[in-house]
Amino acid sequence: MSSIAATATVAPARRGSRLRRRFARRPVAVVGLVGVCIVVLVALFAPLIAPYSPNASDYHAILKPPGTSGHLLGTDDVGRDLFSRLVVGTRASLTAGVLATVLAVVVAVPLGMIAGYYRGWVDPVLSRITDVVLSFPFLILAVGLAAILGPSLVNAAIALAVAQVPMFVRIARGEVLSLREQEYVQAAVVNGAPTRVILFRHMLPNILSPLVVQVTVAIPAAIIGAAVLSFLGLGVQPPTAAWGTMLSEAQQYVSQAPWFALLPGLAIALTTLSFNLFGDGLRDVLDVRMRS
Amino acid sequence: MSSPQSSSEPVLEVRGLRKYFEVPRSRGGGRVHAVDGVDLTIGTGEVVGLVGESGSGKSTVGKCIVRLLEPSDGEIRLHGQDVSHLPERRLRPLRRQVHMVFQDPYSSLNPRMQIRDVVAEPIRMHGIARGRTARQLVEEMLERVGLPGEMHSRYPHELSGGQRQRVGLARSLVLRPSLLIADEPVSALDVSVQASIINLLLDLQRDLGFSCLFIAHDLATVEFLCNRVAVMYLGRLVEQATREELFKHPRHPYTQSLLSAVPLPDPTLQRQRHRVVLAGDIPSPVNPPPGCRFHTRCPVAELPLCQDSDPQLVDHRRDGHLSACHLVRGDGGAPDVTAPRLATTKIERGADPVHHKA
Amino acid sequence: MTQTMTQPGQPRLEVQDLRVRFDTDEGSVLAVNGVSFTLGAGEVLALVGESGCGKSMTAMATLGLLPPTATRTGSIRLEGEEIGGLGQRELRRIRGREISMIFQEPMTSLNPVFTVGHQIGEVLRRHEGMTRKQARARAVELLDLVRIPAAATRIDEYPHQMSGGMRQRVMIAMAVACNPKVLLADEPTTALDVTIQAQILDIMRDLRQELGTSVVMITHDLGVVADIADRVVVMYAGHVAETGTVDAVFANPQHPYTLGLLGSVPRPDLVLADAQDRLTEIPGVVPTLRQPPTACVFAPRCPRADQTCLARMPELTETAPGQRAACVHPGPAEAEQKEAMRV
Repeated sequence: MSSIAATATVAPARRGSRLRRRFARRPVAVVGLVGVCIVVLVALFAPLIAPYSPNASDYHAILKPPGTSGHLLGTDDVGRDLFSRLVVGTRASLTAGVLATVLAVVVAVPLGMIAGYYRGWVDPVLSRITDVVLSFPFLILAVGLAAILGPSLVNAAIALAVAQVPMFVRIARGEVLSLREQEYVQAAVVNGAPTRVILFRHMLPNILSPLVVQVTVAIPAAIIGAAVLSFLGLGVQPPTAAWGTMLSEAQQYVSQAPWFALLPGLAIALTTLSFNLFGDGLRDVLDVRMRS
Repeated sequence: MSSPQSSSEPVLEVRGLRKYFEVPRSRGGGRVHAVDGVDLTIGTGEVVGLVGESGSGKSTVGKCIVRLLEPSDGEIRLHGQDVSHLPERRLRPLRRQVHMVFQDPYSSLNPRMQIRDVVAEPIRMHGIARGRTARQLVEEMLERVGLPGEMHSRYPHELSGGQRQRVGLARSLVLRPSLLIADEPVSALDVSVQASIINLLLDLQRDLGFSCLFIAHDLATVEFLCNRVAVMYLGRLVEQATREELFKHPRHPYTQSLLSAVPLPDPTLQRQRHRVVLAGDIPSPVNPPPGCRFHTRCPVAELPLCQDSDPQLVDHRRDGHLSACHLVRGDGGAPDVTAPRLATTKIERGADPVHHKA
Repeated sequence: MTQTMTQPGQPRLEVQDLRVRFDTDEGSVLAVNGVSFTLGAGEVLALVGESGCGKSMTAMATLGLLPPTATRTGSIRLEGEEIGGLGQRELRRIRGREISMIFQEPMTSLNPVFTVGHQIGEVLRRHEGMTRKQARARAVELLDLVRIPAAATRIDEYPHQMSGGMRQRVMIAMAVACNPKVLLADEPTTALDVTIQAQILDIMRDLRQELGTSVVMITHDLGVVADIADRVVVMYAGHVAETGTVDAVFANPQHPYTLGLLGSVPRPDLVLADAQDRLTEIPGVVPTLRQPPTACVFAPRCPRADQTCLARMPELTETAPGQRAACVHPGPAEAEQKEAMRV
């Protein structure tokens, strides 16, 4: 019996804790994470946080500025409390953004993986379709699709999802193409593993990192897209509170009550910024691991 | 080295194996003759070495046998059954009988799987055992390859290259296959680590009795491990014999050159050896030379014979020693490229350095 | 730098107490820890060791090719003149002209967008001040010297049109173009097939004879060392474990690591004589040093290690005539130690 291999390598710290530490060393990324958490919490507990019903109009308190007693951030043109509307509007934006991205991932990733693994005829066909969709600018495509589908939150999410699918297909396909050559995939074939096992047990966990990073970029893009769609009247319909709709309503009052437009704009900007900073930090931390 | 037990049916029988790859027209077109007619037989408990340099096709042979690639022509029989073109569904149960150890310790294990799951996978895929029985099989195998219990929950990146290769061995042998294809299992390891893996393979083969096709470019390792050795050049077998015969009395000029080119870690011996240095490069497998593929570099090639006619792999003297060379004769005649008149100059150590011009 | 003739007895290259430290995100790494050796005229010195022993770093340090994260101390003298502290400008004049280097992967060392002739010519034009025509003619001569057939036509080929062995020969031609005193060869044949390796080693031997170049051959292959080297330095974890002439070290290894390395290589000649049924194993892995060692670096893996070995890192001392080893228990393995190593 040959000698036992000396356990000379001390087990290095587990991957998860190592990544957490590296992330914590980047203050900008941590700020992003905090921002994302705030947005998510606000969306979850919106009814509890909002002091007023978002649709309660008060014709005695029209276009009041922030700081008015009883209205922390002021009121809109029909006297609805802006703070409450912003808080409740978080739900619409986040739902649209997350729903769109989840839909895109669920559809695109398996397609991309199959194209990358099987090659054959699936790959060129899918690649050309992807190229065609990608040739449309993101927002224009989303607007066009939403217009066709009809105005509603869900339709907006679907339109945004379709516009995001090509990016995820590309990433999934590319990663699978390179993983195919790894010897552990070959070993799985020799093990007698059926293709679905190879794709989902061997490949998927190893392509998660780039996908996760793309998700953190896709969600803010979808949030902005949802705001644009609501602004154009193609997403959430009034009187439901949504940041995009608020922007649209605020248009005519920009000189009289600038805060009316500024506040939802700020909300969109800060939310998007938080996701992007968090995503950047994640990518920095995962990048080395991705290639190791 | 355990000697092969006598058994009527060979574990592996390869006849006329060919594998071609098409080169896309954008890169010049043509066809890579990776494997161009290989016959091979492996009996129970036998360890056969397959040796060759770049472009010899040895790795491709291994991949065809485990059906990672489908042969272009010829047949591969596993325990008598032809597996060359079986659809995956019917091939799957047969995969229990043959497995493979890979070359690169850094890509042969899934980085997201604990090593006990890596070794458990064949058991799961073939539904051999579950729960506690499966765990026991895994643990026993990992211990057998020298990885104690506390390491079983580790991930590949927590192990050294040698330890990863041990995991690879455990995975390929956990179901006790009758045939193991080892594709350059130690080439990517440090020298001292190679020794422990080679010793391990020796022990495992002796204990478990599997047949093994050991593919390598390093002749010394092959000679250490194998009962029989086959030498490949540009997709063809040029010589095949028992270990002793091949290393003591090589017949084919390529084998002789290959043997003479391997430097031994013994300065005195190296000084005395007549080294054969082949001229030229290994030809491209897209355009192999006509006739005998080796004739362009062969120190004793006889034209026009060697250029016109492709020699067959033949047992010239009916002694189990096959070679593919026109110059090997049944009566005992064989080329000897290491004969003094053909050798390069003897190496003299300590030659006076020439004062170079300032 | 004036070109001087080597004084008889004066070593061409002298490295004294070379130390290289890298500062990384995760702390310092001590890659080279007090390595010293000399290289005489026309001599071939082998630096042998496994990955992580510091042999490549030693060569890079000699040529001043270390990355900015590295700190180097120690003395490097070329024909008596200190080159360790030279700035980049002076080093550029020395590189290629007095000392040159060839690497393991010729494909990445040759520029894919220039012809082979252009690249060799560039070295000649810059260092020797030749004209384009002179450089071209000399390049053809050099290609001939490294036995590239049809040199006059191949000179206009691009690297990707050549095989690995040919590219390595082009590298050698470039390296010896200006008749350097010292050639550093970092694993030049590791990536090549064995028959091609034989060609390259042959060429290097011829060059040594014809041009009198001194060579530092870095390799992990003990066969290559036995084939081409006159003297050998065995390295381990950035230290010199053993040094001496090739004949002495191979016949009578002093350091247990050398003994282990020699025993770990399968030997066809011994196998056929039934004299090798198992390979020597060295358990464990080569350590990465982050601090200066307080014990012998090899002790964790050494079958002879005892309390004295754990006290301090041994100095390199003469343990046999003409041989030096850094070990407090040097010499051939005792019977029971031999058994322990053969487990």
